[in-house]
Amino acid sequence: MTLAIFLTLAVISVITALLMVFAKSPVHSVLYLILTFFTIAGQYVLLNAQFLAVVHIIVYAGAIMVLFLFVLMLLNLNKDTEPQKSAGWKLAGAIAAGSLLVTMVGAMHGSIQIAGAEQSNPQVGLVENLGKVLFTDFVVPFEIAGILFLAAMVGAVLVGKKDLKV
Amino acid sequence: MSILLLFSAGFIVEKIILISVLFAITLGVAAYSTYGERKFAAFFQDRLGPDRAGPWGILQPLADGVKMFTKEDFRPNEAERWLYILAPGAFMFVACMTSAVIPWGTQLTVFGTPVDLQVADLNIGILYILGLSSLGVYGIMIGGWSSNNKFSLYGAIRASSQMISYELAMGLSVIAVVMMTGTLSLREMAAQQTGFNWNVWYQPLGFLIFFICSLAECNRAPFDMAECETELIGGYHTEYSSMKLGFFLFAEYINMFISSAVTATVFFGGYNFPGLDPNWLGGFMGPIVLFAKVFFFIFVFMWIRWTIPRFRYDQLMHLGWKSLIPLAIFNMLLTGAGVLYFGK
Amino acid sequence: MQSLTNRSRNVVNKKMNFWERIYLVAILKGMWTTLKHFVRVMFGKSHTVRYPEVKRPFAPVWRGWHVLKRDEKGAERCTACGLCAVACPAEAITMTAAEREKGEEHLYREEKYAAVYEINMLRCIFCGLCEEACPKEAIFLTDRIVPSDYARQGFVFGKDLLVEGVEPEKRIDVSVRQKHIQEKKWAAETAH
Repeated sequence: MTLAIFLTLAVISVITALLMVFAKSPVHSVLYLILTFFTIAGQYVLLNAQFLAVVHIIVYAGAIMVLFLFVLMLLNLNKDTEPQKSAGWKLAGAIAAGSLLVTMVGAMHGSIQIAGAEQSNPQVGLVENLGKVLFTDFVVPFEIAGILFLAAMVGAVLVGKKDLKV
Repeated sequence: MSILLLFSAGFIVEKIILISVLFAITLGVAAYSTYGERKFAAFFQDRLGPDRAGPWGILQPLADGVKMFTKEDFRPNEAERWLYILAPGAFMFVACMTSAVIPWGTQLTVFGTPVDLQVADLNIGILYILGLSSLGVYGIMIGGWSSNNKFSLYGAIRASSQMISYELAMGLSVIAVVMMTGTLSLREMAAQQTGFNWNVWYQPLGFLIFFICSLAECNRAPFDMAECETELIGGYHTEYSSMKLGFFLFAEYINMFISSAVTATVFFGGYNFPGLDPNWLGGFMGPIVLFAKVFFFIFVFMWIRWTIPRFRYDQLMHLGWKSLIPLAIFNMLLTGAGVLYFGK
Repeated sequence: MQSLTNRSRNVVNKKMNFWERIYLVAILKGMWTTLKHFVRVMFGKSHTVRYPEVKRPFAPVWRGWHVLKRDEKGAERCTACGLCAVACPAEAITMTAAEREKGEEHLYREEKYAAVYEINMLRCIFCGLCEEACPKEAIFLTDRIVPSDYARQGFVFGKDLLVEGVEPEKRIDVSVRQKHIQEKKWAAETAH
C-alpha cells in the first residue's frame, strides 16, 4: 500500500518535473512545478513528516510560486518576445547545468548513508522533535539563516523606498 | 508507513460517511449563505430581500442554482482553454478541503459505536488551514490570467497580493495562540477551552488581527477590491459565466463558512459553551454549539460587508503591512512574555 | 456665510486623535446604526411595497392613459373639433373627422365625429392640456399606466384603445378628474 502510493507520487513528480522543463509557456511551467511540490509534500506525509509537508506547501506552493506566477503573468512572456539565444550561450548553459547535476549526484551519493540511519525514528518529522533539533544541534545555522533573511528584508525595504538618500 | 497501517475497513467507511455528511452540510450552509447574504443585505438597507420563491423566499438558492446551471456557458475565444476550465474547480476544491481538520464536536455515538467528529486529527491542523488558504490564491490567479482579459488579470493580481499580504499577519496572530496553547492541533485547542475559558479572553488583539485578516482572505468587503465592480467590472471572474461563475461565488461562501468555523474553534472555544456539555444529546450538543457560533460569525461577516465601504487599494496594503503585521509581532512578543512569566 | 439650516457641518482638516485613527470606534458606531435598521426590518417595519399584491394608491392628479368618454346614452362625445390636437404641446394627437350618417345617432352625439383618433404615447408628455382644451368633456387622462411594448408602432393608440366601452361596467370613472378640471377652469375664469 505504502509502496504503491510512493511509486505513484514518485512517477507523478518525475513526470511533472519533466513537463515543467519542457513546457512552452512559462506559466504552465510554474503550474507543473507546483504539482511537483504537491507530490513531494505527499512523500513527506508518507515519511510521517506532516509538519514538513505543510510547511513545504505553505512556503513553496503557497508563497514563492505565487510570486513567480505573479511576475510571469505580468510579463506575459511568449515565443515572440523571447530572444533567441546563440549557440555559445546554449553551450554555456549546458555546461552549467551539467556541473550542477554532477554536484547534486555527488551530494546525494554521500547522503544516502545518513538518510538510512535517520529512518529508525519515525517521529523525527513532527513539530516538537524538529523544534528541539533546530534549537539545540543546529542553532547556529538556524540563527545565521535568520540573519540572512533579515538582511534580505532590509534590502527589500531599502529598494522599495521611493526617495532614497545615500 | 506508520499512518497507513492504522487504516481499517470500518475506519475508512466511517470517515467516508463523515466526509459526505460534512460536504453536504458545507454546501448547504454555503447555499443558504447566499440567501442569507441577500436577505440580510436587504434588512440592513430597510428592504425585504428575496421573498418570491417559497415562503419568505427560502427556495431562492434553488432558483439561483437552476439559473446558474441553465445559463449559457461562455468561453472567450483567446482564453487558455484547460486552465480556464480548471480554475473554478481548483478554487472550489481547495475551499472544500479545509473543513477536514475542524473538530465539529467531541464524539458522537451512532449505533453504539463512538465516532470522532473530525475527519482528520492532524497534529498540525492549524498549519494545514493556513496552507490551504494560501493555495486558494491559485484558483483566482489561474482564472484571472487564463481569461485573457486585462480586468480579470488586474483582479487576480489584486486578489493574490492581498491574500499573500494578509496571510502573514494571520499566521503571526495564530502563532501567538499556538504559543499560548502549546499545540498546533485544532482538536486539542478546542479541548483546552472548556466552559468559558476561551482563547479570545487571553488574545483579544490576536483575535482582532485574525478576524480582519480572515475578512481579507475571503475577499469580503471592506477588502473586496478583487471584484470591485466600479473599476474592474467584477475582477477575476469577469469572463466567467454559468456554473463556472457559480463555482467561484459558491467557493467564496464556503470560505466564509470555514473561516467562521476556524475563528470559532481557535478563539471562541469551538464546541464548548458554559453550561452546555458537548457530550449531551448523544454528542450532538457540541456541533449545535459550534454551528451557533459559526452562524453568528457568518452574520458578522455580512454585517460588516453591508456597513463599511470598500478600502482603497493603497489603504489596504498600508493596513496589512504597516499596521497589522507590526501589531501581530507585538502581540507575539507580548504572548511570549506572558507565557514566560505565568508559565503557561 | 450663515447657513439656513443646522444640518450642514463644516469640514475641518484637524488631526485625528488615536481613537479616531484606528477607525474601530467609527466602525462599531456604523455597525450599531445598521443593526438598528436590521432589527427594525426584522420586526416588519420596512418601506417596501410588495407590488403585484399590494398597490400604492394613485395621486388624485395622476395623469395616465387617455380615455375618450361616451355620454349617458353610450354615444361618443368627441366631435373632432381638433382643439386637443392644437393644444397638445407634443403634437401627439391626430384625427380624421367624418360626418354622421342617418341612423348613427346612438353612436355619435354630434353631427361630426372622429373617424380616426390617434395618440402617440411615445410623444405624449401627459400634461393634460387636451382635457382642458376639450369643449365637449370628451377626453380625460386616467390613472391607468400605458403598458410597455416591443415596437414603436404599438404605442400609437387608436380609438380601439382610447374609447371606453358602452356597457356600464366598462365605463371608466373620471369624476375626480372631471371635478379637478372644472375647478381649474373656474379658477382661470375668475382670474380673468
